[in-house]
Amino acid sequence: MNDRFYIQNYCEIRNGEILLNGERVFSAGNESFTDFAKMAYRHLAIAYPKFFKMDKLSKLAFLASSQLLSEESNTALVFANRSSSLDTDVIYQCSIGDKEAWYPSPAVFVYTLPNICLGEISIKYKLYSENSFFVFENFPAAFFPAYAGLLIRTRKADDVLCGWVEILEEDYRAFVYRVGKEGLIEHNEQNLNRLI
Amino acid sequence: MSFIVDYNCFTPLGADLQTTLCRLEEGVSGIQLFEDRELLPVPYYAARFPEPVAVHQGFTRLENMLIRALEPVLERNPVQGRALLLVSTTKGNIREISATGPGEGAFLPVMAGKVARYFGFGETPWVVSNACVSGILAVAVAGRLIDAGIFDTVYVVAGDEVTEFVLSGFAGFQALSSGPCRPYDKNRDGVTLGEAAAAVLVSKDPGLFRIAGDGAVNDANHISGPSRTGEGLYRSICRALEEAGLSATELDFISAHGTATEYNDEMEAIALDRLGLNEVPVNSLKGYFGHTLGASGLLEAVISFESARKGILYPSLGFETPGVSRSIHVVEQPEKKPVRYFMKTASGFGGCNTAVIFEKLH
Repeated sequence: MNDRFYIQNYCEIRNGEILLNGERVFSAGNESFTDFAKMAYRHLAIAYPKFFKMDKLSKLAFLASSQLLSEESNTALVFANRSSSLDTDVIYQCSIGDKEAWYPSPAVFVYTLPNICLGEISIKYKLYSENSFFVFENFPAAFFPAYAGLLIRTRKADDVLCGWVEILEEDYRAFVYRVGKEGLIEHNEQNLNRLI
Repeated sequence: MSFIVDYNCFTPLGADLQTTLCRLEEGVSGIQLFEDRELLPVPYYAARFPEPVAVHQGFTRLENMLIRALEPVLERNPVQGRALLLVSTTKGNIREISATGPGEGAFLPVMAGKVARYFGFGETPWVVSNACVSGILAVAVAGRLIDAGIFDTVYVVAGDEVTEFVLSGFAGFQALSSGPCRPYDKNRDGVTLGEAAAAVLVSKDPGLFRIAGDGAVNDANHISGPSRTGEGLYRSICRALEEAGLSATELDFISAHGTATEYNDEMEAIALDRLGLNEVPVNSLKGYFGHTLGASGLLEAVISFESARKGILYPSLGFETPGVSRSIHVVEQPEKKPVRYFMKTASGFGGCNTAVIFEKLH
């Protein structure tokens, strides 16, 4: 039970920037999140048109994960945030709030669940793997090492992509990282608090 | 090892497990026709609480539902040792949002925190929100946390409401049933929504049932449509069986998801057929409770615990004529059967699936 796991790569998205292992890989100006996401998609040369149909939470999770994942691996996805899908929930609520202009859009409604972003990532990378989405008030620095560790130990996954993907209106922050049996940064609460 | 020590539910059929079960055994469904333009411009079928729920001031209706489900479990099993409250929901207090933004109460950690403080949990609660598998996934998560020695007990509570938000969403998908839902039936035509709360205590100390194995694998196929091959569910069940050290035919019954949409039920039949589970009795309890979203997996597990304890398999209400392409054994009448191993499955938007196998002890 005392075996250790390591953070292998990590990607952060905040304030119009994408950083991979602490190095800036993309920077935009003072754009809205939607424009930023579009520019990042082009810059990173992600040829995946489905991206444009995604809601903001899925775009955020997808962009960060795209820097870390390989196809068809047994990589579990363990993601969390504070606001669940509330950003899209509010957009959907606007479509049904006015009884005179009542139009519930299936294309919006499907994104009113936070785990949809895990589905989007799984489809792109063909991951038939463990998926779970949790909601916490703050970045759960104790939760990720505990839960990712048990998934690897119980052989439910070979490695784990952990992600904090928070978005509400124009406030966004992603910190997504891959955990496995080898690496340099031990996956523990102390190191996460230092990196986040 | 992790064990199921206690459980309860709060449903439109009854304010506690025993009342709910009595009504269910009489063949009563909580589903009714509503004409309620505040929630949906057209008439709809749903399983809603017949009376006002709220009792505790300062708590939302959903928080009261969660409290009502969990309270008896905590009275019988007070918090001690390293105890976690694990809350499962899809939409939480979604009525606390408006076109201008979410109110404070709409944030799931706020809701979970209120319930945790009400019961005096010291630890910050966790929330799992993973579409329609949330309730049963929470049991799997609880078992894993106990197996890993992270907590001694996990109190799992799950709840969701019938709201304008979800009714309109399923209506927009053309996925609402024209009558009470009919899982696996030839004439099924969609989901009937429901609301309920359920609670399960998972512990390191031996109890009524053991969590024998679980799996939760994604379809990697489509965000709103089930896989045509049942891939994620098939793999979830394979993993659960492997972990339990069982062959498929050692299962005595399956409480499946059975939403009564054309594609979900067909997908499940394909997955069960691929596993050679054609003869194992299967039911969907949606005909009694409707689809209670993030509560459904936990509620259906709770009813299945009683089913296993009593050795009675409950019929899949609404099923008359087989309506899936593979042969499966849908329970039509109450069946007496000694039960040792049984499985709860669920599938949901985002391509998620979960299977948990339980062993009845004693």
